Amino acid sequence: MVIIQQQDFDLAEEYRKLRDSGDSTGAIATFTGLVRDYGDLNDVTGLFLEHYPGMTEHVIEGLIAEAGKRWDVRAARVIHRVGTLALGDQIVFVGVCSAHRGDAFAACQFIMDALKTSAPFWKKELSRQGDHWVEQKDSDREQAEQWRESSD
Amino acid sequence: MTADTSATVTVRFFARLREHLGTDSLTVAIQPQTTVADLLATLATRGEAWQELTGDRPVMVAINQAMAKPGTRLNPDDEIAFFPPVTGG
Repeated sequence: MVIIQQQDFDLAEEYRKLRDSGDSTGAIATFTGLVRDYGDLNDVTGLFLEHYPGMTEHVIEGLIAEAGKRWDVRAARVIHRVGTLALGDQIVFVGVCSAHRGDAFAACQFIMDALKTSAPFWKKELSRQGDHWVEQKDSDREQAEQWRESSD
Repeated sequence: MTADTSATVTVRFFARLREHLGTDSLTVAIQPQTTVADLLATLATRGEAWQELTGDRPVMVAINQAMAKPGTRLNPDDEIAFFPPVTGG
């Protein structure tokens, strides 16, 4: 399940939905990303997130399907917020149900790492010095590459 | 086969490119065998701002919402999207 929305999400509610949706679940791993208060500029006051409606959902559904081929995934849920966000706001949620913790951790991290370099979202940092589109980081590309190498 | 002279594609721009070009969507006529690279070269002749599309900064492309490459051929009614490297999460 992939949801792109402007509004905030409730971690307990998402956890409950995941817990109800997976069969024979023995482990649930979740990740929540927050808006950091430091970035490429000082005095960042918030973020604006743009996305490509339709493609975003297709790409993330594809990542969940790929995770399901590599690990035991009983259910997965991804929420990504768009629009204007404040410092400290929740921005992304990834939750994975599996039979065992190893698969839950790995699938959750894979989905998150691959999302950062393949799902069509763009962040703009809002600051008192002006707005600024964030550039993709080499470290994010390298983090996503690791999963490619480990599949060979 | 007769060349379809009325064939067009929809071109969309996102994020920094959308702001830089001052537009989010265009309809462009294409010839048979037109590739992504051909389309970029044509668009780059529209004015100074448009040279960004063939400049040093990376430009990603998706055709019908799937990632594509410069050599990929276009078909009539395709939706072509150009955008900077993604920065979500």
